Amino acid sequence: MKIVELVLKGDKRAAGKLISMIEDDDPGATEALAAIYPHTGKAHIVGFTGPPGVGKSSLINRLIREFRVRDRKVGVVAVDPTSPFTGGAVLGDRIRMSDTGTDPGVFIRSMATRGHTGGLGLATFDAVKVLDASGIDLVFVETVGAGQSEIEIASRAHTTVVVQMPQSGDAVQALKAGILEIGDLYVVNKTDLGGADAMSSNLDFMLEERQGWRPPVIQTSALEGTGVKELADAINKHYRYLKGGAGWRRKESDRARKELYESMRRLLAESFADETEGITLEETVGAIVARKTDARAAAKKLLRDLKLPK
Amino acid sequence: MDTRFHSEQPGVAVDVVRPDELDAVEKRLRRWEGTTLRDSLKKQPESRETFVTTSSAPIDRLYTPLDLRGKDPAETLGVPGEFPYTRGIHPTMYRGRLWTMRMFSGYGSAEDTNRRFKYLIDHGETGLSVAFDMPTLYGYDTDEPEAKGEFGTCGVAVSSLRDMEVLFHGIDIGAVSTSMTINSPASVIWAMYLANAEGRGVPWSGLRGTIQNDILKEYQAQKEWIFPPEPSMRLVVDTFEFGSKEVPQWNTISISGYHIREAGATAVQELAFTLANGFEYVRWGIDRGLRIDDFAPRLSFFFNAHNDLFEEVAKYRAARRIWAREMRDTFGAKNPRSWLLRFHSQTAGVSLTAQQPEVNIVRTAVQALAAVLGGTQSLHTNSYDEAYQVPNEKAVRIALRTQQILAHESGVANTVDPLGGSYFVEALTDRMEKEAYDYFDRIQALGGVIPAIRKGFFQQEIANSAYRYQKEIEDKERVIVGVNEFVVDEPSEVEPLRVTKEMLERQVRRIQKLRKDRDAKKHRKALDALAKACEGDANTMPFILDAVRAGATLGEICDVMREVFGVWEEPLLY
Amino acid sequence: MAKKIRVLMAKPGLDGHDRGAKVVARALRDAGMEVIYTGLRQTPEDIVEAAIQEDVDAIGLSSLSGAHMALFPEVVKLLKKRGAGDIVVVAGGIIPDDDVPRLAKAGIKAVFGPGTPLADIVAFFRSAAK
Repeated sequence: MKIVELVLKGDKRAAGKLISMIEDDDPGATEALAAIYPHTGKAHIVGFTGPPGVGKSSLINRLIREFRVRDRKVGVVAVDPTSPFTGGAVLGDRIRMSDTGTDPGVFIRSMATRGHTGGLGLATFDAVKVLDASGIDLVFVETVGAGQSEIEIASRAHTTVVVQMPQSGDAVQALKAGILEIGDLYVVNKTDLGGADAMSSNLDFMLEERQGWRPPVIQTSALEGTGVKELADAINKHYRYLKGGAGWRRKESDRARKELYESMRRLLAESFADETEGITLEETVGAIVARKTDARAAAKKLLRDLKLPK
Repeated sequence: MDTRFHSEQPGVAVDVVRPDELDAVEKRLRRWEGTTLRDSLKKQPESRETFVTTSSAPIDRLYTPLDLRGKDPAETLGVPGEFPYTRGIHPTMYRGRLWTMRMFSGYGSAEDTNRRFKYLIDHGETGLSVAFDMPTLYGYDTDEPEAKGEFGTCGVAVSSLRDMEVLFHGIDIGAVSTSMTINSPASVIWAMYLANAEGRGVPWSGLRGTIQNDILKEYQAQKEWIFPPEPSMRLVVDTFEFGSKEVPQWNTISISGYHIREAGATAVQELAFTLANGFEYVRWGIDRGLRIDDFAPRLSFFFNAHNDLFEEVAKYRAARRIWAREMRDTFGAKNPRSWLLRFHSQTAGVSLTAQQPEVNIVRTAVQALAAVLGGTQSLHTNSYDEAYQVPNEKAVRIALRTQQILAHESGVANTVDPLGGSYFVEALTDRMEKEAYDYFDRIQALGGVIPAIRKGFFQQEIANSAYRYQKEIEDKERVIVGVNEFVVDEPSEVEPLRVTKEMLERQVRRIQKLRKDRDAKKHRKALDALAKACEGDANTMPFILDAVRAGATLGEICDVMREVFGVWEEPLLY
Repeated sequence: MAKKIRVLMAKPGLDGHDRGAKVVARALRDAGMEVIYTGLRQTPEDIVEAAIQEDVDAIGLSSLSGAHMALFPEVVKLLKKRGAGDIVVVAGGIIPDDDVPRLAKAGIKAVFGPGTPLADIVAFFRSAAK
């Protein structure tokens, strides 16, 4: 496919268009993805999660600059929520990265969740593949930050960076359950506000080593630019840790497994969206409600008789 | 800051009307509601459920003495020229001296704007007001890449002292007061003005004028920022300090609500955000170690004069009262001149339409009337071609004449605070005052003005109000004559005003000649000294003056400051 | 997933009057579109680069300070040069009548002056995206 050729050559227009094709579920998207897939796997995918307002975009902006100084090609996929009422979205992360505007070594794509819950869009990681295949070797993924985005990003990225900022009161109590388990790097941003030391040492106290990796806590001020070099170093360190042992392969397997399940789920949804199958599904639902069958038995039967879409 | 609402005086309350008379009024009102009003509504219901101001604030059908129950007229209303100045800052107001007719002007190069100044003075304007072009506002010289395409289109280009000299050529700056709308690079432009006066032998002690120099509202609304808040505030306080000693008749700041309003804020937001900014400047002055009575008398204000006449009048009166009270009781200023809120106003540019532009003359007249009824010290009236360009000569003359009609033919200047005592206006003044204090509390809860700016509080409030206003227009809840009602499809016949290539070339040549002719060593030395001063604690004004005298351009001086202070990145909100 | 219309709202040059750009951005969002607002002080190069990476259907340029003739046609030119001439460019702000046909000739598909109803702007972007 022509567009695939161009993407592999690093053509930005082609990459932008291919991401749109995937997002819009264009007929050619699946074929294009299959064609670029063998060319992916080089990029280090770093996910950023943390509550809204904590400074993820500004921090990423600083990191882009730092990594460009280190001569890396950087891609960013920044996700913002789609309004459930209007279906529209204001994608406001790019604006904080605007000073890298025309740098040829940077590609920033803003994406909306388009109804998908969980902090990422369905096409987010396909967009990452496009950037990967186009020759970008470091891709940042910025989540919405609400809901379960930490869980989602941790299962799809190689390195997960959890960004927090100093809060009043007992800082660590305010952290969501599970957040201490899924991050590879923890950042306390907005140190210019004060209170960062207390938060950092609290976090540090509670984090534990996992499979040979002790998550560091790094203080940054995206506003003042402090701590950014340390964060970049830590990102690289995690990459080396993954590559140096079984980590990379384990992460890749986790990613592939998750994507496989996602793809199967989509196929299921698509199958039952079509006319005949849709009726079958609804009839089955009715039967369950009427206590004629139960959900487990019904699921077994549906899968056994399943006809996949073309 | 103690933001409790001070005007409730315990003890004896003297009502506008005596208590027994109030009871009679109430009785009469209830009877009216049950009979005459009820019958009328049955025959002819009101045209809408709620009547609102331009700011979407609800307005009652009728205001009566009951709305002033419990208010002491001697205390909260008082007399003009005495605390709390609700009725005006001078005892005689326009009977003593009319407001200054000060028309904001500027386009192209200094020569072109000098011509416009003289035209307006000839036609009766009594004060000068300078509009600068985009590159100047952002601290760029005309020949810098950032200035490409932006020379002279919305104001005059001033890149150096040479330009300033040409700008005021043939004008007696010792006799006329000059207001300059410049913010981030205000110190530099002021230094050029001062150096020009110096060069012409006009003593600084006699110079009267204003620099807008209100950086806080830039972050909130106008967006002409360069440096981050803290170094910018330092520059502002440097001007307070310098001005109080060296240029004692100069207003070193014009704390502005105009732009906040234009960006979409409601009247109350304009009132509250402007005064909150004002208090912040006072705090920074005090923190510097300045005595409040040494700099507060030279703080001035700048408000919008928008469509809703009574809301605007109430806004100005509330502003005066709040400022006086806070300055005296919270900040402890002793000099009554520190309690005075002196303000310039400008009719609302954002309200003027591209459709049927001549109709804008009427809008401007009503808005100007509001400003005059509200006791403004100085006034700019917009021209009818506002939605197309900077004003052409015919348009600006009509705008000036509008003020002259008000001053000489309408009779509103015959008495002080003509609307004072109106149940409606007093009730509205009180309500806006209270709502402003609610905002003060919210800002304080966010940590103060600058933390609130960083959190995007003002920007979000303004954007929300702007969006709501637009929706009201879209839904035809709000009529804009010529735009969503009473529409005609006719071409406008606005005579264009163009910036030419010749103007640009002349300007660039002047800058190049300056750079060639100046003493390079002196120039370098002055800029180095300025950099050091910026890095340290010294008052920057003398160093900026030296740099200006040594032939440094605006862009060069601002580059030094950008290097030391850094550049602001704004939080994004919709 | 249905195709979404993607729009880039941009403020080229120094002009900081962003009330209109922000109001339009919100209106487009309320109409179901995905809007990327570039923020202030963008060069034509910044704008075109963003439009390409974001693969937008249309760009809305806003200027109130009179610099539109110098900056807006440049955006169209650069888009063509980068092979993105199919992206629709529209303009808004303070633009004298005389300049409207000149902008049209330079490739700007519509000029939305002061007082244009939001509904008209939304409708235009909808049709432009086809």
